[in-house]
Amino acid sequence: MTEFIHPGFVLIAGAMLLPFFRGQALKTYLMIVPVMAFASVLNMQHGIYGVVNFMDWQLTFGRVDALSQVFGYIMTLMCIIGSMYGLHVKDPKEHMAAWMYVGGSLGVIYCADYITLFIFWELMAFSSVFLVWFRKRKESLPTGFRYLLVHTAGGLILLAGFVLRYKATGALDFNLLDVDHPTLYTYLIMVGFILNAAVPPFHAWLPDAYGEATVSGAVFMCAFTTKTAVYALARGLAGLDILIVLGVIMALYGVVYAVLENDARRLLAYHIISQVGYMVAGVGIGTQMAINGACAHAFAHILYKGLLFMGCGSVLYMTGTSKFSELGGLYKKMPWAFVFTLIGGLSISAFPLFSGFVSKSMIVYAGFEEHLYWAAFGLTLASAGTFLHTGLKVPYFIWFGKNNCSKETWERAAEPPWNMNVAMIVASFLCIFIGLPAFGGQFGYQLLYNLLPYQPEAADYAHHVYSSYHVSESLQILLFTALGFFLLIKKLAPEPTISIDMDWFYRKGGRVFIWLARKPIQTFDTWFGEVYRNVGLYPLMTTAKFWSWFDWHGIDGFVDGLARLVRSVGAKLRTVQNGRLQYNIYYAVSIVALLIVAYVFG
Amino acid sequence: MLLKLIDYLRDRLKMVIRLCYVVLGLLVIYDVTFVDKHAAHTWPEKLPGWWAFFGFVACVLIIILSKWYGHVHWFGGKFQIMSPEDYYDD
Repeated sequence: MTEFIHPGFVLIAGAMLLPFFRGQALKTYLMIVPVMAFASVLNMQHGIYGVVNFMDWQLTFGRVDALSQVFGYIMTLMCIIGSMYGLHVKDPKEHMAAWMYVGGSLGVIYCADYITLFIFWELMAFSSVFLVWFRKRKESLPTGFRYLLVHTAGGLILLAGFVLRYKATGALDFNLLDVDHPTLYTYLIMVGFILNAAVPPFHAWLPDAYGEATVSGAVFMCAFTTKTAVYALARGLAGLDILIVLGVIMALYGVVYAVLENDARRLLAYHIISQVGYMVAGVGIGTQMAINGACAHAFAHILYKGLLFMGCGSVLYMTGTSKFSELGGLYKKMPWAFVFTLIGGLSISAFPLFSGFVSKSMIVYAGFEEHLYWAAFGLTLASAGTFLHTGLKVPYFIWFGKNNCSKETWERAAEPPWNMNVAMIVASFLCIFIGLPAFGGQFGYQLLYNLLPYQPEAADYAHHVYSSYHVSESLQILLFTALGFFLLIKKLAPEPTISIDMDWFYRKGGRVFIWLARKPIQTFDTWFGEVYRNVGLYPLMTTAKFWSWFDWHGIDGFVDGLARLVRSVGAKLRTVQNGRLQYNIYYAVSIVALLIVAYVFG
Repeated sequence: MLLKLIDYLRDRLKMVIRLCYVVLGLLVIYDVTFVDKHAAHTWPEKLPGWWAFFGFVACVLIIILSKWYGHVHWFGGKFQIMSPEDYYDD
């Protein structure tokens, strides 16, 4: 067997051949291909593979080292679990989109130059959008377009960043940038990456799209885009100080919006932002301990967040709703889905004996070590919020609490199909297993720590993780958060609202502009239009008449010309607004790409 | 079986709540008496029951501040972060 088979290519080729399978054969196929991708990761040896010369550039598809391996490992594993969860989905297109998407992620993980990275980066956006569209609700289409629009913009910023770098240094390699002397291109690349990591203010696409995705589509989406971005940040921008600030802000931002959220899946989406905040902060701290923490947390996060999306997704699948204000008391109907979701909730909250406990704290620990006390305490504060929502609010208001179910919802509610349960059992098992103590051997968290890029630091932290201080600290924070939750539970009763977030600017902002173009500017224009006609009627005035005209109308005419210009621009933009969004995206991409090409080769 | 267990506990809710309070108390006692605080990085962490206090205050603050942020009328007008579900519909 050759040493390197690209797992991304396995999945992409698998997706291409998928339409040839039907019925039972399709189900078998859906299991075999992700397992093959996982096997190809297990089989890899460190090294550089798949180097292709294309025009003047050298493209590298397979850089295998400890950092790429930990991500490759968990992503292919999650692909197996996600495919299992979606096994009942009959539409082959949805499976194809999911695999192409994972293939895109793996392409980014194993590439070693920006051109390859960019191609796979775009593949992720353009394939995952189908996981939103296939929900086939009225809102799915515009939501998908918004998702695509934001990611295309982000991709273009990234493109601009690495092309500028190419122009300045002639290098296209995807390695650690000079973070101590950041330049314009460093920041452009950073913006491209952090948009995919959902760092505020570039985060609103995440709850928007993940709340609208198909039940099994969301399980895939929650695992790959943001964690691929974390990998890209860890590879290219580790130690960039501003990421610490952004990471702590996003950890808290997600918590605030999660309090307000009424939809379980959107709440979980806000908690992705919060959790990725830990990883972004870890990358910003940039020490070997912190990078280890970011990787370990990404690993644990993919499993427990997948599990949470599976649990809440199964409620949505069975009952048709995921809103707290339309659920409650479901423990009688779906007790096992409750247990699985609770395991996910305890894992994300970093309860001792669950996966988050051995990964999240490593980042906080690295913050304390670097004397970044504000960051460490800020992240600990966010972890109280995590338990408050994901560990308490989600299970309580879906499975207990006031029963808000309609008669129809209640009748539909039941345990989900077997394949969903199997996927949740596997994910639950892994969430617990990697959180267990190692007992001095190859067991529990040690198996996760073995995968981390910096082994001495991992061994160092292994002494600390189950110390009495850490266990006591975690239990106190979590249990006293629970006390606060039950004392203030009335305040947390679900409210049937949506929360305005940064997406307001591209959902409503455009309308404000149209209103401006229609109302005040139009009134202004009609008024001056009258004057303008008069101007047109007397082109050959005598000098005296000219001057008298100028006194009366000249200045106004100039102003009118300006108004006309503004209105015509307004009208153009209005057509852009009303026109079909995909063409606009296409135009935007083409224009920017042309500009960049002209700049580089001109 | 699982259902029976949940119902069993729900029927004895008062007792379960009391048990939880006992656990909280024991946890703080454990922190004060047994825990080796050499790993603490800052002085407040060495206070007895510091993280219990921190967890409780964090939870209360998060709930109250977030709800305030969601409900307050911004810019002195109608605009609230928590808006009706049809806010974006035409």
